[in-house]
Amino acid sequence: MSSLSARQDRIRAFTLLSPAYLWLTVAVFLPLSAMVFFSFLSDVPFGDREWHGTLENYQEFFQTSTYATLLWKSLKLGLMVTGISVLIGFPCAYVLAKVIKGRSREALFLLVILPFWSNSLVRIFSWAIVLRGNGVLDFAANAVLPWDVRINLMFSPTAIVIGLVHSYLPYVILTSYLALQAIDDSLIEAARSLGAKRRTILTRLILPLAAPGILAGAVLIFVPVVGSFMEPRLLGGRRGTYYGTVIEDQFVAVFNWPLGAALSFILLAVVLVILGAFSPVLRRART
Amino acid sequence: MSNRLLAHLGKAYLGLILFFLYAPILVMAAMSFNASEFYQLPFSFSTEWYERLWKNDEILEAAWRSVWIAVVVTVIATSLGTAASIALFRYEFPGKTVLQLLLFPPIAIPWLITGTAMLIFFFGIGLDRGTPAVIIGHVALALPYVIVVVTARLATFDRTLEEAARSLGASAWKVTMAVTVPWILPGIIAGGLFAFAVSFDQFVVSYFLSEPGDSTLPVLIYTSIRKGFTPEINAVSTIIIAVSMGIMLLAARYSNFGGEQ
Repeated sequence: MSSLSARQDRIRAFTLLSPAYLWLTVAVFLPLSAMVFFSFLSDVPFGDREWHGTLENYQEFFQTSTYATLLWKSLKLGLMVTGISVLIGFPCAYVLAKVIKGRSREALFLLVILPFWSNSLVRIFSWAIVLRGNGVLDFAANAVLPWDVRINLMFSPTAIVIGLVHSYLPYVILTSYLALQAIDDSLIEAARSLGAKRRTILTRLILPLAAPGILAGAVLIFVPVVGSFMEPRLLGGRRGTYYGTVIEDQFVAVFNWPLGAALSFILLAVVLVILGAFSPVLRRART
Repeated sequence: MSNRLLAHLGKAYLGLILFFLYAPILVMAAMSFNASEFYQLPFSFSTEWYERLWKNDEILEAAWRSVWIAVVVTVIATSLGTAASIALFRYEFPGKTVLQLLLFPPIAIPWLITGTAMLIFFFGIGLDRGTPAVIIGHVALALPYVIVVVTARLATFDRTLEEAARSLGASAWKVTMAVTVPWILPGIIAGGLFAFAVSFDQFVVSYFLSEPGDSTLPVLIYTSIRKGFTPEINAVSTIIIAVSMGIMLLAARYSNFGGEQ
């Protein structure tokens, strides 16, 4: 009887699950496999093109320094954006979780998270309007400062960093906030009554307990920033060549798909190593 | 420093962060009502760009396409995702943890990689680029979000209710439709709104999968900006951001996200 119902359960579970997972297979897992396959080809296997298996695409990455340099540049961009976001975001999460009380906290939290869920392309575009020469920032600075200044941050690395921090800051605020909220206030109270200084409470109590949340936020920012291409394109102009924009070019401008696939796969490998290394932290932060 | 002073400083800091997050968006919105084509200040009010927008067939078509794609994606992703969540909640079976882990690649892998991989695969199997490819891609990106949100709602569901209904003679299907689904409805609605937002705001995957001249609104905006931007793009961007923030506010109401339980 029980084995029969177990079998029935398994059939029901299978029926409910298979549509979603079939869809994910066709739309995500098979494409990722196809990308790996393509990265070992000399040319796209469509029509009557000649193609054969090759390691050339990977050799191109390792022999010429161009791609490795760009990947390094993107990794540095990722580190910078992540670092700034954590430094700016953690205090903000702290204020939300521990200073503000009552109903206004929920509303303020929602207000912080809301932009994250709105259109990222449009938000990058809005920075282009603010940062350009003769733009709003330029106008505002001249209205306030007595001397003549020219602010034109557009098409600079600074503009890219500002845009990306703006895009991903809510991530680290969200994860730190959830970690901080889980810290029992009475624990902090106890440390205080035992005579611990504010700094000691921060470094010995709050930061260690919130660390998984902060790290999870950092990983969630670092990964997409390394693979970003739209932000450097729009805010960096001609100086905005990064690893992501080179991959974009292989697919929409140069049409060297096998090379693009190899570059994408190398990026995927880097991403998976990072996610793998931090997976214990990410799992802990989720619960 | 006294605690009161620190608390005030903290609140001021929070205000600064909110300013940073919202200022560019507000500037963009304001500029869409500015008469000058080159965003020149001082400001003079005009609705000219919205009027032009109304007559711009290319933008209107892309907007309409974005909306109906998002509706189709919402319907598919919400039904498949809800079914999967119920199965993951209700049954124990080998390999369950693996299935749960498989939800993360679509969220965690940069869209640049997923998008280019989809392009290669869909081209390879002869589906090519175009609206069907975009829909297939969007559903895959939205599914994990729906499952996460619905699963969170299911966690508050009392299993004994299902058992009670069953012992009263209801079939498994009836139990699901009459007991489980009504309880998790807020989660399903929130999941659906998330799915709509994922699709409606999606740029990267649409960019690689849509046919030139047959693109969604974000893709059209991207190509227009790269050609040199106009206040019309500004106006349509303002509308988009208002729509997507409105949807997320609704989703927040249904899913409790951010709020304490």
